[in-house]
Amino acid sequence: MSVTFLGMPATRPFPRNAARAVRDSQLRFNLRKATRTIRAKRASVVAEAPDWAELREAGRAIKEHTLRNLDKYLVQLEESVTAAGGHVHWAADAAEANRIVADLVKATGETEVVKVKSMATQEIGLNEALLAQGITAYETDLAELIVQLGDDRPSHILVPAIHRNRAEIREIFAEHMSGWGRPAPEDLTDDPAALAEAARLHLRERFLKTKVAISGANFAIAETGTMVVLESEGNGRMCLTLPRTLISVVGIEKVLPTWRDLEVFLQLLPRSSTGERMNPYTSMWTGAAEGQEFHLVLLDNGRTGVLADEVGRQALRCIRCSACLNVCPVYERTGGHAYGSVYPGPIGAILTPQLRGMGSELDRSLPYASSLCGACYEVCPVAIDIPSVLVELRARAPHPWAERAGMAAAGWVLERSGRLARMQRAGGRLRRLVPRRLPGPLGGWTDTRDLPKVPEESFREWWDRTDGGRR
Amino acid sequence: MSSRDLILARVRRALAGVPDVEITRGYRGPAEDRPSAERIRLFEERVRDYRAVVHVLEEAEVAGRVARLLGGRGAHRVVVPAGFPSGWLDAAGVEVLADDPPLSAAELDAVDGVLTTCAVAIAETGTIVLDTGPGQGRRALTLVPDYHLCVVRAAQIVAGVPDAVARLDPKRPLTWISGPSATSDIELNRVEGVHGPRSLEVLIVT
Ligand code: SF4
Repeated sequence: MSVTFLGMPATRPFPRNAARAVRDSQLRFNLRKATRTIRAKRASVVAEAPDWAELREAGRAIKEHTLRNLDKYLVQLEESVTAAGGHVHWAADAAEANRIVADLVKATGETEVVKVKSMATQEIGLNEALLAQGITAYETDLAELIVQLGDDRPSHILVPAIHRNRAEIREIFAEHMSGWGRPAPEDLTDDPAALAEAARLHLRERFLKTKVAISGANFAIAETGTMVVLESEGNGRMCLTLPRTLISVVGIEKVLPTWRDLEVFLQLLPRSSTGERMNPYTSMWTGAAEGQEFHLVLLDNGRTGVLADEVGRQALRCIRCSACLNVCPVYERTGGHAYGSVYPGPIGAILTPQLRGMGSELDRSLPYASSLCGACYEVCPVAIDIPSVLVELRARAPHPWAERAGMAAAGWVLERSGRLARMQRAGGRLRRLVPRRLPGPLGGWTDTRDLPKVPEESFREWWDRTDGGRR
Repeated sequence: MSSRDLILARVRRALAGVPDVEITRGYRGPAEDRPSAERIRLFEERVRDYRAVVHVLEEAEVAGRVARLLGGRGAHRVVVPAGFPSGWLDAAGVEVLADDPPLSAAELDAVDGVLTTCAVAIAETGTIVLDTGPGQGRRALTLVPDYHLCVVRAAQIVAGVPDAVARLDPKRPLTWISGPSATSDIELNRVEGVHGPRSLEVLIVT
C-alpha cells in the first residue's frame, strides 16, 4: 500500500526538530504570547456556559454514533446534496482528490482559483497539485496568506502563521505582496489593523473577479445536505458566495447526522477554537445555492484505516478546534513545524502516525512528543482521550534495538535475586567509572537528564550489614 | 470498483462488530418562551462586545434614526433589498438601489452601505442570522459593502443557539453574523475589519 500523503514529507524525527525549535528564542516568545492569550479567552467563555460538560458529552456521543454509522450517513449526505442540485465525488486518496479538483477547474476554463482555509486541502497538497496543472490557487485567509507569501509552512490548525509576530508579518507583506498581486502600501506599519487593511486591499479585486473557489467544511449535514463553514474575516463568505463554481473538499469524518446536531457543535467549536461566544461569520448552504455550481469531494486518504482501529478511531471525532495545541506544554515550546505534518500538536501526534503509518523515524517519534500531562484531553470539546491513544501508539511503535536489548538484560538480571545482588555489588565497585553521558544510542536519554549516581552500597547490602537499621 | 464503493466497503469492514452509542442531550435545549426585557438587554450587551454599534429604539423612531445614521456617515447610495419596510427610509434622502436586476460585485463594492432586516437573533452569543428572506436580499448584499445596518425586532431575539437552529430552515442559504468582520491571525488578538463589512450597526426595535 502506498503511504498516505499529509502535505509535508516525513523527514527528521520529532526530538531533532524540537531541539532546533526550542533554540529559536523569537519563535518561543511568539508562541508563548499567542497561546497564553488564547488559553485565557477560551477558559473564560467556557466557564460562562453552564452546560459545557453536557454539551461536550453530547458532542462526543454524536460524533461516536456518526462514525459507527458512517456508511449510512455518507450515502444519505450524497443523496441530499444531489437532490439539492449539487454534485458529489469520492476520492480514495490525495492523488485522486487532486485530480478530481483539477479536472473540475479545467472544465470551467479558468486558471485561477480563490481558496478558503481548509485542513483537508492542505493535507492533500492541493495548491502544488493545481500549480502542476497550470492553475494558481490564491489563499485568502490572512494567516494562510502570510504563509503563502512567505513561502512558509503552516504551524497551527487555526492560525497557520502563529509562529510569526507582527513585525515579521509586515516584512513579508512589504516584500512579497507585489509578486502575487496588489503591492502593500508604501508606508505599511506593523499595527495589526494596518496589516489587516493591507490584506483587504490586496485581495479585494481578486474576490470580485475570480470565478472558481475551493473550500473545505467544518460540518456536512447528512439529513439536509447542508455544508457549514465557520470563519472570522469574511474571506470565506467572499469565496463561498461570489464565484460561479464552488468546490468543497471534505474529509468523510466531517458528516453529522441531523440539522439539530448543529445546536451542539455551533456552541462547542467557537468557544474552543478562537475563545469567542461565536465566530464573526458562519455560512451554511445546501446544494446549488443562489444558482451556483456546487461540487462536494468526499475524501478518505487514510481515514478508513483509522476507523478500523479500536483505540485510535476516536481521533476521527476531532473538529479541528486547536484547543489541544494551545494548552500543550510541548507545542508551546516547539511550535508546529517540529511535527512534520499539517496536523501538529497533540491531535497531530495521534492522527499523523495513524494516517501515515509508522514507517518513518519521524512518525515513530510522534507518540513520544508529549509528557502525557492530560491537558489536551481536558480541553477537547469532543473528549478525545489523546494520552491513552499516545500510550497505545507507543506500545505499537517498533522500539529501537538499544531499548529492546536493555529490557532483555534487565529481565535476565531481575529474574533471580542472586543475579541482582551480584550486579549491584559490581556496580558499587565500578561506580567511579560511570560516565556523565551514556554512550551510543543510549545517549538520547542523558541528553536531557543527569545520570543518577550509583551509591557505594546497595539497599540490600545496607540491610544485611545493619539488620534493617537495628545494628 | 469505483472509489465510492471502495470507501464504503472499507468503512463497513472497519465497523464490523462495533457497538453503537446512545446520545444524551443533557444540555439546555430551546427555551421557546417570549423575549423578556432581560433577554433584549443581554443581546444588546453581547453584540456590543464585538464592537458593533447598537441602538435600542421604538418603531416610530426608526425612520429618523436611519436618516441620522446615514447622514452622519455621509452615505449617499445604499442597497436596500425588497421587503425592507419602505417607511423606514422615508426621512433618509439617499439614493436607494434595489438589486433588481442584480447588481454586479463591482457595483456593490461602490455603494456606501446596505440596510437589511434579519431572520433570527441570538441573545446569548450576540448573533444575527440572515436567511435571504424578505428585507435581507441575496448573500452578497451584506458582504461586499463596507457598512451594514441591520434592523432586529425584539420578537426575533431568541435565548440561545438551540432556539435559532430550531427556527431556521436549512434549505435557505444562511449567514450567521456576530459583529463586524475580524481576524485573530496576528498574535491571536482580535482585530476588527478585514474582508466583510467593517462597520456593523444594529437597531433593536422594541
Ligand atoms: S483533538 Fe479535540 S481539542 Fe484537539 S483540535 Fe481536535 S477537537 Fe480540538
